[in-house]
Amino acid sequence: MSVPVLEMKKISKSFYGTQVLDNINLTVNEGEIHCLVGENGAGKSTLMNILFGMSVITDTGGYEGDILINGSKVAFNSPKAAIGAGIGMVHQEFMLLPGFTVAENIKLNREDTKPNPFSKIFGKKLETLNRKKMSADTRSALDKLGMNIDEWVTVAGLPVGYLQFVEIAREIDKENLQLLVLDEPTAVLTESEAKQFLEVVQKLARTGISILFITHRLDEVMAVADNITILKDGELVSSGPTESYTIAQMAELMVGRKVETSGRIGNVKSEKANEAVLEIRDLRVDMPGERLRGIDLDVYKGEILGIGGLAGHGKIALANGIMGLYASQGQVRYEGMDVPLNNPREALNLGLAFVSEDRRGVGLVLEDSIANNIVLTSMQTQNEFLKPGPLKLKDQKRIMAHALESIERFDIRCTGPEQIVRRLSGGNQQKVCIARAFTQNPKLFFVSEPTRGIDVGAKSRVLELIVELNRMGVTVVITSSELAELRSISDRIAIIYEGKLSGILAPDAPDVEYGLLMAGKSLEEVGIGERATN
Amino acid sequence: MKERLTKIYHGFGLPRLIISAFLLALIVVAAGTELSVAGLLSDALVRIGQNGIYVLAMVPSIQVGAGLNFGLPVGVIAGMVGVLVAMENSLLGFGGFLVALLVAIPLGIIAGYLYSLLLNRVAGQEMMVGTYVGFSIVAGMCIFWLMAPFTNPALIWPVGGQGLRVTLTLADTFGGTLNNFLKFEIFGLTVPTGLLLFYAFFAFLLWLFLRSKPGVAMEVVGRNPRFAVASGLNINAYRSVGIVLSTVLAAIGYVVYAQSFGFAQLYNGPLMTAFPAVAGVLIGGASTREAKVLHAIIGVVLFQTLLTVAMPVTNQLIEGNISEIARVIVSNGMILYALTRVTGGEQA
Repeated sequence: MSVPVLEMKKISKSFYGTQVLDNINLTVNEGEIHCLVGENGAGKSTLMNILFGMSVITDTGGYEGDILINGSKVAFNSPKAAIGAGIGMVHQEFMLLPGFTVAENIKLNREDTKPNPFSKIFGKKLETLNRKKMSADTRSALDKLGMNIDEWVTVAGLPVGYLQFVEIAREIDKENLQLLVLDEPTAVLTESEAKQFLEVVQKLARTGISILFITHRLDEVMAVADNITILKDGELVSSGPTESYTIAQMAELMVGRKVETSGRIGNVKSEKANEAVLEIRDLRVDMPGERLRGIDLDVYKGEILGIGGLAGHGKIALANGIMGLYASQGQVRYEGMDVPLNNPREALNLGLAFVSEDRRGVGLVLEDSIANNIVLTSMQTQNEFLKPGPLKLKDQKRIMAHALESIERFDIRCTGPEQIVRRLSGGNQQKVCIARAFTQNPKLFFVSEPTRGIDVGAKSRVLELIVELNRMGVTVVITSSELAELRSISDRIAIIYEGKLSGILAPDAPDVEYGLLMAGKSLEEVGIGERATN
Repeated sequence: MKERLTKIYHGFGLPRLIISAFLLALIVVAAGTELSVAGLLSDALVRIGQNGIYVLAMVPSIQVGAGLNFGLPVGVIAGMVGVLVAMENSLLGFGGFLVALLVAIPLGIIAGYLYSLLLNRVAGQEMMVGTYVGFSIVAGMCIFWLMAPFTNPALIWPVGGQGLRVTLTLADTFGGTLNNFLKFEIFGLTVPTGLLLFYAFFAFLLWLFLRSKPGVAMEVVGRNPRFAVASGLNINAYRSVGIVLSTVLAAIGYVVYAQSFGFAQLYNGPLMTAFPAVAGVLIGGASTREAKVLHAIIGVVLFQTLLTVAMPVTNQLIEGNISEIARVIVSNGMILYALTRVTGGEQA
């Protein structure tokens, strides 16, 4: 057997003391399709960034371990070096210039040129483009992919599915290409486009190009992969030939429960009546990158409902849509009353409160004091903290008293209520956000990504606070990318996949069920039965 | 003690300390020449009261996130029309002053509202757009002054009888009404009590408003519009409130300015009104994103005193009119300084 095209040996990487990759090994042989599978944050992107010598890696102290290309050790310090060594990458986001033609995009910065009188005097930079050759090269690249689009149309007007092919055409046009990295290439494609895409990938592999394929869609993995590597929390959990896995096994390995949160923080669901307090019908939310495409969901009185799913599938949009922050349509009824959509004021008036996932952008007025941040929403929507009288002057005394009380109650570490919120740590900022929501005395509380970007200690405190609020009789809808966190405090967990409800699970449901729902498989489909229905 | 001093120092800010020190030095130098220090300071007091409301007008527009109101002439023109209406009817004294205000304020509200509709469409570039709105409206009004249906011979060109004169004197109507109200002299220093009280009254009103519910809402809209939306606030409505407030203050400011100055200068007169006001509030410690009433007060005192004292003193010391150049450098340099310092902060 020949030398593998790519070998990554014992790769480890930590960012500021946080281990994000631990001892990863990866081998890709010539003509092999190797699938890299894992949740968001499992370390796939970091691994690829290391391979490409991206500056995020080199600027943060590099990595440990060895990368071997064709058996010889390399260490790329820029993407350019990696490309020079024959590695190509197709990104999740398209990297194409819309106003340029297909051929120009494919040949960008590698244009074929021919000399002219000026270039003979002033140098190579002034040579004329050899459009004929560019055209011919592009044609042959497109033909290899089985694409019949014209090479001189501008990219701007092409359907999304085609853009992905243009990206690949650009990579295979590079003569020395040996390894092609595809980062979730099918995420934006329709089903038939994805199918065509996978065929092309297999065709490419047969010509001897190795392919490293990153995806969440497990059935795609089964369809094309020769070998599979599964990452979880920066560790390699399993690796082997595709035949040795089933979809269910992969799902289980991919999600797997994290050790640290094996015990639930509490909230054993007592006999809570399944009385729907919030009824969501066919809700569509147009939130860029997190579109929700019609969802039906009931929130029961007094429960903690978790909303989970992979990034980009629309779980974030649910709370944002109901709170009126993004354009939405559909029907939402709260305690039998219609919640007018696209109207934050009405949602707040009904007693809904929201802690946004975008803490610094939406959740806080960074330049303002802790005290003001805590009372602002309540002051504006409920006329609290104002002195009596027609002037509606703010009551500084009450604001300060309330702020001091909140600081104590929520354990906000600060120099005092006058401190500017920008100066606080992420965890303390989050506590200020939650304190603001508490101040509104909500009946239904939406909280999104409550522990994102905050340290471990603050994390558990924030989760405890949410449970505390719930015990006081507030219904909580918590959205999080961290499944373990949802499972530690929720009564039920709804998984969103591609903008739709994929299923609802109990927090102690097996990992495999979570994995399947997050990968868009219904449980019945793989024969796990009906226990997920409620 | 030391702690308190550092706190005062941080609150006041280095730029203001330097300017104050420079000002003090100028006054000491002035005392050494044949200039009357009391006379200079009397002039300074008048100029502070005369320009104070213009500088206050900057506060609501900054608070609401529209930056410095370079479109100040929009309000100034409304004030001008008020002054002209009072003069047309030959109203004297306080009567004339009040009528001028009563006409100017509603006009200011209308003009300010229309101006705010425009600014809401160009959010993020209000200062640039405002500058040109200011320039354009001054030019546009030149036509109006020529065609306006005023008939009082004191206002229109003596020969030909159509169109308003370039410079009108208020000496015969309500010039100096405020300045002379309760005016008194102490150690040779003339204090224009009425003028200063009027200014203080508006500074207090604005301070009060900024502490009210809509005032707080305005501030939130300016500081983080996305937070404001999530708190159920209508951003454009509050932006309009801030800009209307700023424009109305400019209109009132003009009436006060004209009665104190004693002349109304039409046509290109209001072209540059925004700049000294902008420089004033910035010298006072405001940034393009945060301004308090206190900034406006400190700013107008420092800036106007500096101008009144610096000009005669430098003229005494140096041959030629260098002081005007110095004034332009100081005021425009200050604007430039503040615009480059986008972030702002507590200790600006």
